Amino acid sequence: MNLWIAIIGMGIITYAIRLAPIWLLERATISPGWRQALRFVPAAVLSAIILPELFLPGGTLDLSLGNARLLAGLAAILVAWRTKNILWTLAVGMGLLWVLG
Amino acid sequence: MSTRAGTISPVKNAIWQGIKAEIPITIGVIPFGLIYGVLGLSAGLTPLQAQAMSSIVFAGSAQFLGAQLISVGTPLPVLWLTTFIVNLRHVLYSTALGPDVQHLSRKWRWLLAYLLTDEAYAATAVHYGNHQIPLAHKHYFWLGAGFTLWGVWQLSTAVGILLGTQVPPEWGLDFTLALTFIGIVVPSLKDRPNAMAALSAGLVAVLAFSLPYKLGLMLATLTGIAVGVWLENRKGKMGH
Repeated sequence: MNLWIAIIGMGIITYAIRLAPIWLLERATISPGWRQALRFVPAAVLSAIILPELFLPGGTLDLSLGNARLLAGLAAILVAWRTKNILWTLAVGMGLLWVLG
Repeated sequence: MSTRAGTISPVKNAIWQGIKAEIPITIGVIPFGLIYGVLGLSAGLTPLQAQAMSSIVFAGSAQFLGAQLISVGTPLPVLWLTTFIVNLRHVLYSTALGPDVQHLSRKWRWLLAYLLTDEAYAATAVHYGNHQIPLAHKHYFWLGAGFTLWGVWQLSTAVGILLGTQVPPEWGLDFTLALTFIGIVVPSLKDRPNAMAALSAGLVAVLAFSLPYKLGLMLATLTGIAVGVWLENRKGKMGH
């Protein structure tokens, strides 16, 4: 596989996604149905990245109390919810990971 | 601000406000970029390719997943489809801010689109949401926030590439990716449809984790969107 083609393709796709709405808004509008669906994309994608990191450290399901990433992650979710502060979320999450791990 | 209007131009002020708003967010990005640099090399990218991906793609989560997919020899269409799905959320950011930049030149819009990351959007959306600030210089805030993140991302990638395998895995720095996303997504779950979209997507992602080429991620995302739309429409009907 030519890695340069892989990287440049990823770049073109990413840039097109970021540019298209800004670019096309003067000529086209997004239908309400699409707009509604898009509103759920960040929550869905980011959660789909986050939860396996907590529940499957190293690639296998671990629901035990020995799973430091799960405990640290759940604490971080609580902190993010209460403080809405990304620094506190990181500090508590990494702090707990180091203490428990 | 008005008292200092004589000493600092509105343009410089807006850029500076953007930089200041972005700095706390970049703290979580530094270890993430570092780990990406390390991961990129171990995935088989050359140092130049790993660094170039940070400039050309400039999307942390897609780069992380991309490096993992490249390391297992994923076919290009699957790699690109994953990139598309993972970055689709940027359509939302671009749609949200788009109307406020229609008065700008094409060059400006091209540049701002390139700088539209999760982290830049998080700061910029708040700034654009403040209607007491006039629109005239807001794009300079976006520029300041965007380039701050860009610089931090390029530098931390470079440091990761230089350190290579010297970063001990037991530090668990890769966990900062999940934590940064928690910090971004949790405060945004303001209603039940969004919360359930997040929960269902996360659940499917865990259950479908063993599918090849991260296809579970796509399945999870589509599930989350469907659940969110369904709950919102149901709520709408019940409300009328």
